[in-house]
Amino acid sequence: MTNFRNHLYFLFMGALALIILPYFISSRFYIDVLTLIFFTAYLGQSWNILGGYAGQFSFGGVMFFGTGAYVSSILLTTFGFPPIFGIFLAILGGAFLGLIVGYMSFRSGLRGSYFALITLAFAELLRVLANSVEFTGGGVGLFLTYAPGLSNLQFETPVGFYYFALILMFISIAIVYWLERSRFGAQLVAIRENEDAAEALGINTLKCKIYAIMIMGAMGGAAGTFYAQKYLYLDPPIAYSIHLSVEMLLVTIVGGMGTIFGPLVGAFVLHTVNEIARHFIDTPGLSLIVYGLILIVIIGYLPNGLIGAFKKKEKKSDSTSLDKKTSREDP
Amino acid sequence: MISASLSMLPAAIINGLMYGAIYALVALGLTLIYGVLHIINFAHGAMLMLALYAAFFLFHLFNIDPYVSILIVTPCAGIFGYMIYRYGIGPLAKGKDQNILLITLGLSIIIENGALFFFSGDQQTVNLSYGFEAFDLGFMYLSYPKVISFFAALLMCAVLWAAMSLTDMGRAIRAVAKERQGARLVGINVERIFAVTFGIGIACLGAAGCMMLPIFYVDPYTGNIFVLVAFTIVVLGGMGSVVGALVGGFIIGITESVGGLLLGESLGQIGISLIFILILIFRPTGLFGSKV
Amino acid sequence: MLKVNNVTKRFGGLVAVSSVDLEVNEQEIVSLIGPNGAGKTTLFAMVAGFLKADEGRIDFKNASVLGMKPHQICQLGMVRTFQITQPFAGLTTLQNIMVGAYSNTSDTDLARTKAEEVAEVVGMTSLLNQGADGLTVAGRKRLELARALATDPKLLLLDEVMAGLNPTEIDDIVKVIKGIRDRGVTIFLIEHVMKAVMNLSDRTYVLNDGKLIASGTPSSVAENPQVIEAYLGHGAAEAMAEGG
Repeated sequence: MTNFRNHLYFLFMGALALIILPYFISSRFYIDVLTLIFFTAYLGQSWNILGGYAGQFSFGGVMFFGTGAYVSSILLTTFGFPPIFGIFLAILGGAFLGLIVGYMSFRSGLRGSYFALITLAFAELLRVLANSVEFTGGGVGLFLTYAPGLSNLQFETPVGFYYFALILMFISIAIVYWLERSRFGAQLVAIRENEDAAEALGINTLKCKIYAIMIMGAMGGAAGTFYAQKYLYLDPPIAYSIHLSVEMLLVTIVGGMGTIFGPLVGAFVLHTVNEIARHFIDTPGLSLIVYGLILIVIIGYLPNGLIGAFKKKEKKSDSTSLDKKTSREDP
Repeated sequence: MISASLSMLPAAIINGLMYGAIYALVALGLTLIYGVLHIINFAHGAMLMLALYAAFFLFHLFNIDPYVSILIVTPCAGIFGYMIYRYGIGPLAKGKDQNILLITLGLSIIIENGALFFFSGDQQTVNLSYGFEAFDLGFMYLSYPKVISFFAALLMCAVLWAAMSLTDMGRAIRAVAKERQGARLVGINVERIFAVTFGIGIACLGAAGCMMLPIFYVDPYTGNIFVLVAFTIVVLGGMGSVVGALVGGFIIGITESVGGLLLGESLGQIGISLIFILILIFRPTGLFGSKV
Repeated sequence: MLKVNNVTKRFGGLVAVSSVDLEVNEQEIVSLIGPNGAGKTTLFAMVAGFLKADEGRIDFKNASVLGMKPHQICQLGMVRTFQITQPFAGLTTLQNIMVGAYSNTSDTDLARTKAEEVAEVVGMTSLLNQGADGLTVAGRKRLELARALATDPKLLLLDEVMAGLNPTEIDDIVKVIKGIRDRGVTIFLIEHVMKAVMNLSDRTYVLNDGKLIASGTPSSVAENPQVIEAYLGHGAAEAMAEGG
């Protein structure tokens, strides 16, 4: 019990530190980097729910982001609908997309690599559609007007977006925290560990997986609105780029799949690596090469990510955590 | 507008067939790798891009015609593939399906960005002396390179098919594909067969890259385009089916071409992802695949 | 409680289960025996919803369960264990059993309490915090049993729960199973360990080549010449009779 109290104390201090941090940092650059880290951690967490906890690896996570971004942006540019409400419709849009994709994929029994590939195809499909249709602005894209204000979810200074992203990240952590202690979370993990056994024990695996992807979709949708309001421009390659899909899964895997703080740790590490690499050689592509190497090294040697490796060092005590233990392949 | 489109239909179909042969070769490598190793090589597109670059540099630095480069790049690609599996993928993946998917994903990221880093993001093409000469078919012109590529690809497929059916190695590979444990029991070194098969799969890419360069272009992102195309063909034709890869290649080539004609440049691309999704949902074993 | 009527299952040209009739009544322990490959697990799979029967009826508590998915059948009160154990390898024993308990409650604390209770019944209390992948074969079998028990089933389908256990472990688990029946659970089990079958079951069905060849009390079935032939081969019954 004292272990738990310690954890809670550290969590609280950590959160507090993040909240007051902007008062100590005057550099715009670092505020932006941190904002991006929180944003990536938030998206990674959405992937974590479906991938880390439920064990269904998606390669198309960007589709929820892009769709959410388009929903709130089109509502804004066409109807003047304020993004502060638009973001909720983006969330709904993302969840709805998750429902469709999830239903079609899981109902057909797609698992593992096949599921990963079909999510890729869905994202690509949406990219082509967005590129060919008028109301998304087609290939030209959508330009959003600069008009800072809360109803527009736009802020004059980077600090505003810092807190926006921080709030999103806190929410994502809260969601996973609840997940770990709930029946739903236990059911997802059961599905991940052994789907047939889960089914035999009364878990409606189809329903659970669909719920998981809907949550992922909802979260992605909000991220889309955030992005649109920060960068004020959206086009199909941005909205549906595979790079974001990869980054989502990368930060989670590096940090630790199926853990609460995996995505955050992963986001910190990867963005730090990025900045260091850029400092030495500012050629595009270098940091991503390093990302790829890190992914391979982690999968090969630290499949439970950094948090997993750290946990193994600690004594195996009364843990209620639901991350996947490294288990050798069954004969 | 429609009548103008329809009159170009035969040309679109022929064009699709031409590209289809090369697509088939690309898919052949992928389906071979899946059929034997049961892994999905996500880096297939990136490796095709490397082959394209290899052919490009051989042309620009040493003036070697891409079609001649086939003789150089193919075996090099094969060895490269063998090494990558033997010393990289094989040991790291430890046999878990999702691990391999992620490792090949990591590989594709490294290769794609390595290309970006070293070669810059510019599109590169080659201009062959005979590149603009063409056969006049009456209703369309068919450029020399397209025709050469078409036959080269078919030839390559035939060679591969013959190798698989007639050589000892080919028999060993088919044995491992059919029954892994049984093959092990008869003394076949399964791990080595895996590496060899992977090498052959990449060798196909080496050849395909050389054939593709004269009629296409290359930049670091070319690989991405072909990932989904290759997977769609393999899924359409049936994972592990050689005939399926061929038929699938032609179908996709034609779909892409006709789709572009009827739906326009942008929307035409939709055909491929749609086919992929529909097949996976309604007929995951594809046209010629066996039930898993 | 369970009525299987004229059930048949074909895989391509092979008939795995052929027109099988059987029933299991409340609070009975009924066993299903037969040589390897006789179709026993296939039958279980159909009853529990993992396979669809080609012909016949399967009724649980007088309502048809044909075509239902396994999780629905579990919710109705019928749960199966697997011949090759299927633990949630990455979780602890407690977490494993809790998954079963969650089928009846959404409250985490209630599920935990239930899981601890069940662990006690099955004799796994000391192993609760152990990772499931670290359990011995006997431990895994017990875990399989515990998980199923935690769903509060009316009918428990046990598939070779004693395979791989040594005689002491078998005795232990026989006691546990009897205890489970005493708590009001009906049990239908597939088993090869004859001693256990004789001790445990009220009635036995014998399956061979997909067909039911005998049924009745364990002792009567053991003397059935057809059953002897099924296990020992053609002519064995005669040979035994002659040998005296």
